[in-house]
Amino acid sequence: MADGPVAEVLLQRLEAADGGLDSAELAAELGVEHQTVVGAVKSLQALGEIIEAELRSTKRWELTAEGEEIAREGSHEARVFRSVPPEGLPQSELMRLPSGKVGFSKAMSNKWIRVDKSAADGPRVFRVVDSVEDEVQRRLQLVQGGQAEKLGEKERSELRKRKLLTEVNLKTYWVSKGSAFSTSISKQETELSPEMISSGSWRDRPFKPYNFSAHGVLPDSGHLHPLLKVRTQFRQIFLEMGFTEMPTDNYIESSFWNFDALFQPQQHPARDQHDTFFLRDPAQAQQLPMDYVHRVKRTHSQGGYGSQGYKYNWKLDEARKNLLRTHTTSASARALYRLAQKKPFTAAKYFSIDRVFRNETLDATHLAEFHQIEGVVADHGLTLGHLMGVLREFFSKLGITQLRFKPTYNPYTEPSMEVFSYHQGLKKWVEVGNSGIFRPEMLLPMGLPENVSVIAWGLSLEREHLLCTESCAVIMTYTSLLP
Amino acid sequence: MPTVSLKRDLLFRALGRTYTDEEFDELCFEFGLELDEITSEKEIISKEQGNEKAQGASDVVLYKIDVPANRYDLLCLEGLVRGLQVFKERIKAPMYKRVMPNGEIQKLIITEETAKIRPYAVAAVLRNIKFTKDRYESFIELQEKLHQNICRKRALVAIGTHDLDTLSGPFTYTAKKPSDIKFKPLNKTKEYTACELMNIYKTDNHLKHYLHIIENKPLYPVIYDSNGVVLSMPPVINGHHSKITVNTRNIFIECTGTDFTKAKIVLDIIVTTFSEYCENQFTVEAAEVVFPNGKLHTFPELAYRKEMVRADLINKKVGIRETPENLAKLLTRMCLKSEVIGDGNQIEIEIPPTRADIIHACDIIEDAAIAYGYNNIQMTLPKTYTIANQFPLNKLTELLRHDMAAAGFTEALTFALCSQEDIADKLGLDISATKAVLISNPKTAEFQVARTTLLPGLLKTIAANRKMPLPLKLFEISDIVIKDSSRDVGARNYRHLCAVYYNKNPGFEIIHGLLDRLMQLLDVPPGEKKGGYVIKASEGPAFFPGRCAEIFARGQSIGKLGVLHPDVITKFELTMPCSCVEINIEPFL
Repeated sequence: MADGPVAEVLLQRLEAADGGLDSAELAAELGVEHQTVVGAVKSLQALGEIIEAELRSTKRWELTAEGEEIAREGSHEARVFRSVPPEGLPQSELMRLPSGKVGFSKAMSNKWIRVDKSAADGPRVFRVVDSVEDEVQRRLQLVQGGQAEKLGEKERSELRKRKLLTEVNLKTYWVSKGSAFSTSISKQETELSPEMISSGSWRDRPFKPYNFSAHGVLPDSGHLHPLLKVRTQFRQIFLEMGFTEMPTDNYIESSFWNFDALFQPQQHPARDQHDTFFLRDPAQAQQLPMDYVHRVKRTHSQGGYGSQGYKYNWKLDEARKNLLRTHTTSASARALYRLAQKKPFTAAKYFSIDRVFRNETLDATHLAEFHQIEGVVADHGLTLGHLMGVLREFFSKLGITQLRFKPTYNPYTEPSMEVFSYHQGLKKWVEVGNSGIFRPEMLLPMGLPENVSVIAWGLSLEREHLLCTESCAVIMTYTSLLP
Repeated sequence: MPTVSLKRDLLFRALGRTYTDEEFDELCFEFGLELDEITSEKEIISKEQGNEKAQGASDVVLYKIDVPANRYDLLCLEGLVRGLQVFKERIKAPMYKRVMPNGEIQKLIITEETAKIRPYAVAAVLRNIKFTKDRYESFIELQEKLHQNICRKRALVAIGTHDLDTLSGPFTYTAKKPSDIKFKPLNKTKEYTACELMNIYKTDNHLKHYLHIIENKPLYPVIYDSNGVVLSMPPVINGHHSKITVNTRNIFIECTGTDFTKAKIVLDIIVTTFSEYCENQFTVEAAEVVFPNGKLHTFPELAYRKEMVRADLINKKVGIRETPENLAKLLTRMCLKSEVIGDGNQIEIEIPPTRADIIHACDIIEDAAIAYGYNNIQMTLPKTYTIANQFPLNKLTELLRHDMAAAGFTEALTFALCSQEDIADKLGLDISATKAVLISNPKTAEFQVARTTLLPGLLKTIAANRKMPLPLKLFEISDIVIKDSSRDVGARNYRHLCAVYYNKNPGFEIIHGLLDRLMQLLDVPPGEKKGGYVIKASEGPAFFPGRCAEIFARGQSIGKLGVLHPDVITKFELTMPCSCVEINIEPFL
């Protein structure tokens, strides 16, 4: 109710007033609650420049309920004095009076009354003086009349200690005319309506201003998972670079494709129960390309293709063991094997991004499954320089331009290089990926031509996501719905 | 990757110069090592057990260096320093020589009882060695590192080193019943039988890990000298009698194992690394091993092998243009002594016994590239011309994901592994009915099976997000796994799409509407006719009776939709009605 009766009166008074008026005074004059006047001031303020209101805070002394009683009836001690007749009063009777207890001791210390303890029927109270000045009542009446300032600081604090006076903080408004002052105000419209448009009434109506510092209402939409959005970005990069996506929709893999085909020996620690999830059912892969298996077996146990081999007793049963793939390189091995069966050889660029599994206990830094990103190029005469060149292009598409390469060891690549990038936030070089040229012991048993090299690299989607969050900060503002 | 912990000052003294931490880090990086941490014993103890325990511990600076898993020759100070000094051309790689003793050769006789348990043994002698405290500690530490890495926690190879002057050969490597083996083991004061020892060591934090290797075998391996003194009971413990100390001058080394190649490598690594401290530097005294078939082998092998690689092959594989002479020089810096021979393009490389990791020309090429400096190689782009193709299933998935989000559903990403309970009990199914693959060695119940449906993951996601305002609308498009005997591995993935609606009302019409929208997007018209889709009343243990329908599209059943059974909702710790749809999207490829 912007134009309630109080607001109207306020505007009329303001028009007549010289300069302005005080909200508390107005409330007193109108005989309404101060809060009602404040409400009127606020609603007028919301209408724009009609009035100006300045918040003032004033301190005021008010009587407590007991204080008011005393101002009306006199102080307890005066009431005690008045109730003592000239012939005196038994103390026990006096004490029964409403003001008896407090008034007695105060009147005694004022030396207005005395007690005769030797009286026949017990202690008796007599007046000492004929008449008294009730200072307390007088002072409280002063305060009541709005003249608290006439009292000294000491007098006031004494009354406050007796809980007769209290100091209140009063917030009032000093109201004055605004630049668009008018006594006639009309209700503001909140929103444009179809009727206003059709009738044209919007031309004559004032509209309530918007609060532009408020937040909007979020759209009622679904959204994509942040990590999978990064997956989409990586897919896009590979596709831009001309890489074909490999099928990776087989979480279950045989040890053969996951390890043996990659020339990873059967005693390798990664093949431990500790690190890899093996299957109880189906426990074994029934079908393996046996011709190829024999070449792999020979390469492991005796060497060949220019290799010394690992010289150990390679077991088919070990290769048949089913597991949850520990890397997508198993899918790359299958893709390269298929490529090797195509004659004549045609160059290929492959990529994949999919889940891999490690036998870990979940905690803040370990996941039992994560996404591996892998890129592979197979062609004649590829060099380490080519691998580095492809990595440079790949990472520059991610906005990572400072790279350096560290020699490392991977069981199925040689040479191998870890890729480091300078992290601006951490101020140090961090590993962003692993790469290398697949070993001939892996490629030649597949049937790939001898002069074909295959360069490859891999990284973790989760890790890349974390390292990139500096530049992809917006991704993290969505609620991540991970269980 | 093994980590070697070295005292910095000792390392710098051996390298003949000091480095700043940054300089040494740089050197490591170039050589393929990683300076992982700079610390001290005090810091380590204080980190692990608190400041009080660290009182009085040594604050000598330690470098923790990560060494590539195939470089056993770099697993201790002596080997690492030798590698770096040769790399920096401050010294030449030593030539290791096997020599015959002046007196009688030490002999180790293998009996046939070992065949079933630990058939191989090799041996050698380090003569007139001079230990210091640091050297002695390094010698012990190297054995430990080898045990943990190439020896596969002693399963493949176990090393025993003995004070030869306390023993008298020939030695016998045999296998006996545990109750028949009795000796005083290392650092104990009395004799025990093997059975007793296995019990005692069950509580030994270090040794308990090796007991399983022989525990259930009828015979335990054991080595005796000619007087019946026990040298060791591999792979568990040595005898106390022949314990080596810092004052030991002549060391008998035996390696027993199940992998002959690795046993020979381990022996070569130990003797090459520590022959530096022998009176005749880099010489190792031979020992003879007699195999059960009577054949006689002399160890250590210390074999130097010659490989021939063409210079242009190295240049071609690395992508550089160096002269054959320069390439030979680079390889020599990697402890691979090389020279140009023949037509001037041929490089002859000598592979020393320390470099068992060199098994193919590609290993030699890598070393040339490391010595050249990876970061000095010119980056170029291959001219490989290819046309990119998306994997059709992933292409379809990507399209559908965006449409599902546009339809107001939020994508979840949930684990492919879960508990048996999630896919069976909680959905009112028996595990055998799910055709799920079972994991044999999960560490926790969260990873017992691969999921056969996406629904449990989404319900768990809702449970974890209950504080979010209703309704919750989630979806996931991902793979599930089902046993399938027609596949080579006996199982296959299916790409599923699942969506759930969770609110104060079941919202079947919303899930149904989502299905209709999906079919519209996939260009599948409603209706029974060929190529269309219909839903038909059905039932399933996960659904509320009368609120479940089966979805048929393109002539086959592709999944179900419906209102979840209150029991299912409760079992996933949810409280509101929930409807869901789950389909296989592969028929739409």
